[in-house]
Amino acid sequence: MSTLSHIVHTVAQQAGEATADADAAKNTAAASGAGMAYGLAAIGPGIGIGYLVGQAVQAMARQPESAGQVQTTMFLGIAFTEALALIGFVVFILLKFV
Amino acid sequence: MSPESNPTGNALLGAMEGPAPAMEIALDIVKRSLWVLPVVLFGCAAFWGMNGALSGAYALGIVVVNFVLAAWLLQVTARISFAAMAGAALFGYLLRLGLIFLAVMLVRSASWVSLVPLGLTLIVTHLGLLFWELRYVSGSLAYPGLKPKGTSTLSTPSIERAA
Repeated sequence: MSTLSHIVHTVAQQAGEATADADAAKNTAAASGAGMAYGLAAIGPGIGIGYLVGQAVQAMARQPESAGQVQTTMFLGIAFTEALALIGFVVFILLKFV
Repeated sequence: MSPESNPTGNALLGAMEGPAPAMEIALDIVKRSLWVLPVVLFGCAAFWGMNGALSGAYALGIVVVNFVLAAWLLQVTARISFAAMAGAALFGYLLRLGLIFLAVMLVRSASWVSLVPLGLTLIVTHLGLLFWELRYVSGSLAYPGLKPKGTSTLSTPSIERAA
């Protein structure tokens, strides 16, 4: 009887450890996924802003008299592009902490 | 850009003169955010209670500071040169993302913070304020928050008026 209870206890302990391992693996995967989501979400807007600003600066250099107009459009473009990164950030915090 | 401000003749080293439209847009967005604040407070309070309202207000603050900081960086560097402005726009993007990250991470464990309304308010108010501002920029064909009041505004753009 004692041997049987020892076996049951050992099996239960191993099952508990396996569950803990699975939980840890799940948490690690979620953290990695969240980090990757944020990183990937920041790359696209980075490229977009680089292209946008490059073109805007070129336009300002070619036509300095319309620099104000170009800067207006550039500022709004940057802000819209940045929204993509913000969405990635929010997905990151929701995946990681909620 | 006058020849005196750019003796090298390199167009990229020329600086912007006259009014700073980016800051005008940002200040206009700040004004609009005051109208949005009660909506955010009531909306978040209705779904997530007092913590939601506080988190929403905090997120709106982050959005507004982000706009003002972006505009200020552009305004200051545009007075130096267009190339400096390009650098500020790119590195400013990284800087501001980092600041937003810090601002959220520092308070995420606070008792008054609810992450779902905070995140949702960040996205919705950022895009909402931009689209609201865009209406007026489009309406005036360039100039932020300066909704055409008459024919004279459209016929004399502010850059000409400033010159």
